[in-house]
Amino acid sequence: MILFDQVSKVYRGAAQPALSNVSLDIQPGEFVFLVGSSGSGKSSLLRLMLKEERPSAGSVHVLGQDLRRIPARKVPIFRRSLGVVFQDFRLLPQKTVFDNVAFTLQVIGKSQGFIHEAVPDVLQTVGLASKAENFPHELSGGEQQRVAIARAAVNKPAILLADEPTGNLDPATSAGIMNVLSRINASGTTVLMATHDAGIVNHMQRRVVEISKGRIVRDEHQGGYQTSTIPLGEADTAPTPVQSEDGATTTPIRQRVDLSVDPDEVPASFPWELRA
Amino acid sequence: MRIGFILREVATGLARNASMVVSIVLVTFISLTFVGTAVLLQSQIGEMRNYWFDRAQVAVYLCTDFSTLGGCDQQEATTDQIRAVEAQLESASLSPYIETFYFEDRQMAFDNFREQFAGSAVVDLVSPEFLPETFWVSLVDPQQTDLIFEAMAGLAGVESVVDQRSYLDQIFALLNAGSITAVAVASLMLVAAALLISTTIRLSAFSRRRELGIMRLVGASNRFIQTPFVLEGVVAALAGAVLASGAVWAIVHYFVRGYLVEALPTTVFIGYDEAFAAMPILLATGVILAALASYASISRYLRV
Repeated sequence: MILFDQVSKVYRGAAQPALSNVSLDIQPGEFVFLVGSSGSGKSSLLRLMLKEERPSAGSVHVLGQDLRRIPARKVPIFRRSLGVVFQDFRLLPQKTVFDNVAFTLQVIGKSQGFIHEAVPDVLQTVGLASKAENFPHELSGGEQQRVAIARAAVNKPAILLADEPTGNLDPATSAGIMNVLSRINASGTTVLMATHDAGIVNHMQRRVVEISKGRIVRDEHQGGYQTSTIPLGEADTAPTPVQSEDGATTTPIRQRVDLSVDPDEVPASFPWELRA
Repeated sequence: MRIGFILREVATGLARNASMVVSIVLVTFISLTFVGTAVLLQSQIGEMRNYWFDRAQVAVYLCTDFSTLGGCDQQEATTDQIRAVEAQLESASLSPYIETFYFEDRQMAFDNFREQFAGSAVVDLVSPEFLPETFWVSLVDPQQTDLIFEAMAGLAGVESVVDQRSYLDQIFALLNAGSITAVAVASLMLVAAALLISTTIRLSAFSRRRELGIMRLVGASNRFIQTPFVLEGVVAALAGAVLASGAVWAIVHYFVRGYLVEALPTTVFIGYDEAFAAMPILLATGVILAALASYASISRYLRV
């Protein structure tokens, strides 16, 4: 379904490769989490799958096609079998929910009849049947992301790529989004989701692929977010070494924070008037 | 369905960039008007050439008492000399190339002169003695003037041989210079128009970048994405071309037919046919230019 064979990607002017020697095989119907810190190469991986970038070395096969062999004018046709969801939803603000989803089908030339059948159907799937005539700004963040998922799924893609779809949402709403993605996965669509959300990954217990500095460092079925190589607590709270001007590397000293003072409380001696 | 969708996109695009669209219309209007003027000047040259080249004659001027040029020695051409010239023109070697010729004596030349310069003070200064007797020769092929020059130049009593077309050549050179100037101005303005169109299309694409991004992502074909933008440029330029066609018609109607024809009654002028013939050129230039400029501009947005 998706096959990366020793893929490297070096962006022009970058010292470090964004991906180096990545090999990955994803089977039809899988639900795969892609985890790793910011800048680890998750987005590069997704962009390579969309043929938005070409690999510097190695080959990418998606849906049985070698992406290097797809000519530029055939790329749009190829993308019709992929759905994509982003962290920032990317809805069209002047179109209703229905029109946002229908837009996808209009621009690939589907008939009006098909649109009027498929759009309500997919809105039902994501649980937004009652909001079809609302505009994006009238919806909550979770609802907007559901619209984006509906848009990605309306054409029944074989693969759904989600780039941090819950990044802007609270845990309860995220759970709802995950339900929707699971339902889409259950209907046969392969889902690949890049995320930072440890809670979701731990809860779902699906395949987890972890990337660090452009390499796959872990690929386990039914895995959790936390890695064995870097203990989460240390990695997240340890002070980052800084380089001073003379080139020497020093580690900042941890300073004790006085936790007894509430940062939101305005001291009585505060010099100017804040009260309304 | 798709056509309706595309046309709606074009309409929104035009409405959103109204002021830029107006400037495209104006710039293409003015530049194509220059192109139209150049085309009209060329038609005018063609028209005059057709008219005059059939009528233009070679004049064989004979000597007068005052002439010092050629074979003259301030001696009027004698009757024998005139006969000799006439015989030469009728000879077997020349006559196949000559359509007609006639002899114009002093009184006829004077009458023609007075008619041509009627109302001018020069008429009072001229008397028949100053004007030479002339053989007017029309050739079968107006190009073959060399034959007459060769045959006449050495004859006694012939002052000079003049091809009237040499006067016309000066006028044509003038008109040509005018039309080259018009083309030069037009090409500069067309470059400006092309740049303006591509800037406008880029703006239009920028203001619709969200839609473009989504279209690319969900796999709309490049042609589908490009068409509305190309049409946008074409519609604006077409409006300019239509205005320019109107301007060309107005030039012919008000200036050429309404003014020049009355001011210069002896000259032939172009009519409405030439104006209508110029219009398809203007429309095609505008449409092709706009299509290329907007296509190039939008294609940079769609590189994969």
